[in-house]
Amino acid sequence: MKFTLSWLKDHLDTDAPLATIVETLTRIGLEVEGVENPAEALAPFTIARVLTAERHPQADKLQVLSVDAGAGEPIQVVCGAPNARAGLVGVFGAPGAYVPGSDMTLKVAAIRGVESRGMMCSVRELQLGDEHDGIIELPADAPVGAAFAPWAGLDDPVIDVAVTPNRQDCMGVHGIARDLAAAGLGRLRDIAVEPVVPRFDMPIEIRIEDAQGCPAFAGRVLRGVRNGPSPAWLQQRLKAVGQRPISALVDMTNYVMLSYGRPLHVYDLAKLSGAIVARKARDGEEVLALNGKTYRLDSTMTVIADDAGVHDIGGIMGGEHSGVTEATRDILIECAWFDPASIARTGQKLGLTSDARSRFERGVDPAFLLPGIEIATALAVALAGGEASTTVCVGRPPDVGTMVDYRPQRTRELGGVEVPEQRQKDILRRLGFQVRDGETWQVTAPSWRRDVDGSADIVEEIVRIEGYDRIASAPLPRAAGVATSTATPEQLAERRVRRSAAARGLNEAVTWSFIAEAEAAPFGGAAFALDNPISEDMKAMRPSLLPGLLAAARRNLARGAASVRLFEIGRRYLADGERPTLGLVLAGERGARDWRRGKPGGFDAFDAKAEAMALLAAVGARVDNLQALSPASGVYHPGRSARLCLGPKNVLAECGELHPAILKAFDLAGPVVAAEIYLDAIPAKRASGRTRDAYAPPALQSVTRDFAFLVPQDLPADALLRAVRGADKQAVVDVSLFDVFTGAGVPEGQKSLALEILLQPVEKSFTEEQLKAIADRIVAAAAKAGARLRD
Amino acid sequence: MASETQDMLARIAAAADLPALEAERVAALGKQGAITQLLKTLGAMTPEQRQVEGPRIHALREQVSDAIAARKAALEAAVLEKRLATETVDMTLPVSPGPQGSVHPVSQVMDELAEIFADLGFSVATGPEIEDDWHNFTALNIPETHPARAMHDTFYFPQKGELDPGFAEGAMRHLLRTHTSPVQIRTMQARQPPLYIIAPGRVYRSDSDATHTPMFHQIEGLVIDRGIHMGHLKWTLETFLKAFFERDDIVLRLRPSYFPFTEPSAEVDVGYSWEKGRRVVGGADGWMEVLGSGMVHPNVIRACGLDPDEWQGFAFGTGVDRLAMLKYGMDDLRAFFDGDLRWLRHYGFSAFDVPTLSGGVGG
Repeated sequence: MKFTLSWLKDHLDTDAPLATIVETLTRIGLEVEGVENPAEALAPFTIARVLTAERHPQADKLQVLSVDAGAGEPIQVVCGAPNARAGLVGVFGAPGAYVPGSDMTLKVAAIRGVESRGMMCSVRELQLGDEHDGIIELPADAPVGAAFAPWAGLDDPVIDVAVTPNRQDCMGVHGIARDLAAAGLGRLRDIAVEPVVPRFDMPIEIRIEDAQGCPAFAGRVLRGVRNGPSPAWLQQRLKAVGQRPISALVDMTNYVMLSYGRPLHVYDLAKLSGAIVARKARDGEEVLALNGKTYRLDSTMTVIADDAGVHDIGGIMGGEHSGVTEATRDILIECAWFDPASIARTGQKLGLTSDARSRFERGVDPAFLLPGIEIATALAVALAGGEASTTVCVGRPPDVGTMVDYRPQRTRELGGVEVPEQRQKDILRRLGFQVRDGETWQVTAPSWRRDVDGSADIVEEIVRIEGYDRIASAPLPRAAGVATSTATPEQLAERRVRRSAAARGLNEAVTWSFIAEAEAAPFGGAAFALDNPISEDMKAMRPSLLPGLLAAARRNLARGAASVRLFEIGRRYLADGERPTLGLVLAGERGARDWRRGKPGGFDAFDAKAEAMALLAAVGARVDNLQALSPASGVYHPGRSARLCLGPKNVLAECGELHPAILKAFDLAGPVVAAEIYLDAIPAKRASGRTRDAYAPPALQSVTRDFAFLVPQDLPADALLRAVRGADKQAVVDVSLFDVFTGAGVPEGQKSLALEILLQPVEKSFTEEQLKAIADRIVAAAAKAGARLRD
Repeated sequence: MASETQDMLARIAAAADLPALEAERVAALGKQGAITQLLKTLGAMTPEQRQVEGPRIHALREQVSDAIAARKAALEAAVLEKRLATETVDMTLPVSPGPQGSVHPVSQVMDELAEIFADLGFSVATGPEIEDDWHNFTALNIPETHPARAMHDTFYFPQKGELDPGFAEGAMRHLLRTHTSPVQIRTMQARQPPLYIIAPGRVYRSDSDATHTPMFHQIEGLVIDRGIHMGHLKWTLETFLKAFFERDDIVLRLRPSYFPFTEPSAEVDVGYSWEKGRRVVGGADGWMEVLGSGMVHPNVIRACGLDPDEWQGFAFGTGVDRLAMLKYGMDDLRAFFDGDLRWLRHYGFSAFDVPTLSGGVGG
């Protein structure tokens, strides 16, 4: 909401300097977003008279002027404007002046051999409009030598205030003045309504058929108007706040709206036929609005129509057909009250915003219909002449004045500020509230404060006018002692897995939760796709973290990264819920080329498995019990991937090399390996307190034995390892596989698996017999799994 | 005899290498060695002679074997030194640091916030990102036709099936939460006050330019207790911002504003100053807006099934990405979500930068 200082002062009697006004506005909740004084840019320009105008000796279209700028000696100026002539009073810029409209600074210059010491300016050059046909012509009596901007009334700062949606009353200058007056910055001037004497009866019928959408409609007819351009003062004010002047009658409606927050509409009576009706639109009915666009309406929308059709999308925008023009002679002024919710819905459906909508949907003052139409009529007559009819008002606007029970202690209890009761009353009354005393006050909100409906609102009114800076900080109650931990097991697990991944050399990324539907498809498709995505690439809620990470990997490789290790912790959005997940992608080389190790080579499926296992271990999963079941889902290489499971149903993670088709879809050269850890699938650790099981390192020397077994090529190594571990649960404490071999010496269709087995005696050192017995048990257990000791 | 001993010791000292020394050892202490021969003479001596000669010969033997050991150590040291001299490498050659992992600044800042607020007694709450419009709007005192809804640039999901007639028109439509405030509602519904929570997480608005991305992160704070007023809100925000920015010269300015779910509402500006051409939080050269806040609206408390005459409190919300930018100096929000390794390494944090109260909450 923009307004000028002089406009404000029409409503507020104040001596306060601009800076105080601006500061106070922000302090009371009307945040000032900008203050601009157009006069500042025009300070170097003065009023000057052309004394003589001679033809330029070298150029037909130029003249050499002698200009009196009030500084004694006439100044020689070369000028190309066709209207430059002796006697003209215009605007002069001396060398050194910055011309805002042409973005240049004036200098003494020779133009075609004749010295020019400044410039007579056009409207466009001073950014006062678009005209550039000639230089500005001021009235002959304009004071030569005086500064131009103040004389032209341009020394009027424009203040831009962000009005919050609850404060419709401040979408007019008068309401802003009221708030400032309440804050002690002067006196609010009363609204002067000078009734226009009706000369004839209202000649047309106004009817309400949609009392829900348009509960009240005041109308008045003016005859014999002359609708030319509005006067300069009005045009200047409208221009200053960014409104384009159109014609006297249209400018009048905008001026009343900006001054009082009261939208109006004016119809050309000659274009209307029959009664004017506020009704619901018919499905499919169309109207060409004043913005030049045609809108298709439906039966939830309120319109103003006559026998011929719709003339106004009620409270949002008028129709082109019945709008006023220069030829208009008779008009109907509409001052109606539209239901805010209906206006909001209609505006949202049509995607149509307007100054009127933004006021009506916030709820204009229902008590201001008749004052509004009186002000409008008076201004219309003053600007365009004509005679007014009686005023007709049909329907009834909603009741006003919510009454709230309020205890004055609430300001301290909720607002944290002690404000004396008398001061509270003063503030409320200056804001237009009525206060009835008692232990509990009965506070009635003014008709323009639709937002007030409870004691918390009253507290806000008092505290904001008193000043939020008066709120003193008060420490929260605090439990004695050291702060206790608050994180949940899930939160702790997420922190651990994140920092473990980073410690293992992975870089955490945050990628979009939404991806393209085509990217989601191979990962099971998106359970949720947006109705109104920002683009098709950001439409599907990701069913996996991998697409986002793969796209990031591709971008990094394209930027020249040799090695990419990315991970992300976030949610997958599945039909049955949002699943916390860690995704990781390893792409490119394992590392940079290194003088010690040469070219590092690419990642393989076991790199992904190693990360997955390590991260699962970091969050306390029992990785010893995990089974790697191949293959993983279809996005992985069918032969080089696995699900890491606790039992066949509970998949904790998937890992492996990605399927070449996926790499192709993401435009990546392979191999690329990946893993996803389903954080919510990891069984919670049983709470057992902080104490650990008793333990002392065994005193006796352990024994290591190596075994090499021949197993069928397709036997999973895990089967042998499990068999061996189970061979002697007391003695066998660790089994590690240190070699996998096929080739010379190993029969076709078999492979050799070499194990190092750590045996730990408990009470006495092993005897040779005992060791042999253990070895026999190991070999026997391995045999059950299909393994034969290699000779 | 003395001169022979002297010769023997001199030869040992002069042995050029280990084989030469070994030859001397054999010559002196071997089976046929001079000292061995001397020792053998002891057997033929009278006890009186032995009394005299015994210690002398043994001392001699000891002197010689000590000399041999000393020479041996010296020769071995020389050999080792010679070998080591051939084993020189160029220690200026660079070594690979190994892959350098990093924690995303958003995660780091969330951990910092959790740490600070834990000290104030707040726990971390979460809620779904795919919300319904009751939790995201209606329960927060934003009815369907409220202008604030339009201001939120909401991402919606297609309406599925028939609406439950028990709900108002448009209710229960699924959307991406536009703020973390629905977590307030879910927390108040699920738990009994007193409540002291923060709720960080992803939020979504259909907005995209240099300073807006369609996805970003917010953190919500909520206190519901008895007797909580705006002074507590102000103290909490001051305390948190001082701890977060690790500066004592944090100045706040509360401005009246409007959020449908708080009353009174306040926007919070923090004073900034210029350091090395950058705007940094702290000081008072100017104000910048950092937070929205207010006392939880009685309608919201009521919507969650609590009695607003008994319970009141405050709520606040701010952008986590924005806090990160203000603290660590990034200037482009879009880069947060690009996954560029160069950016992640530059602005990211070591795994070991765990924010703690004793170590500081700065990364």
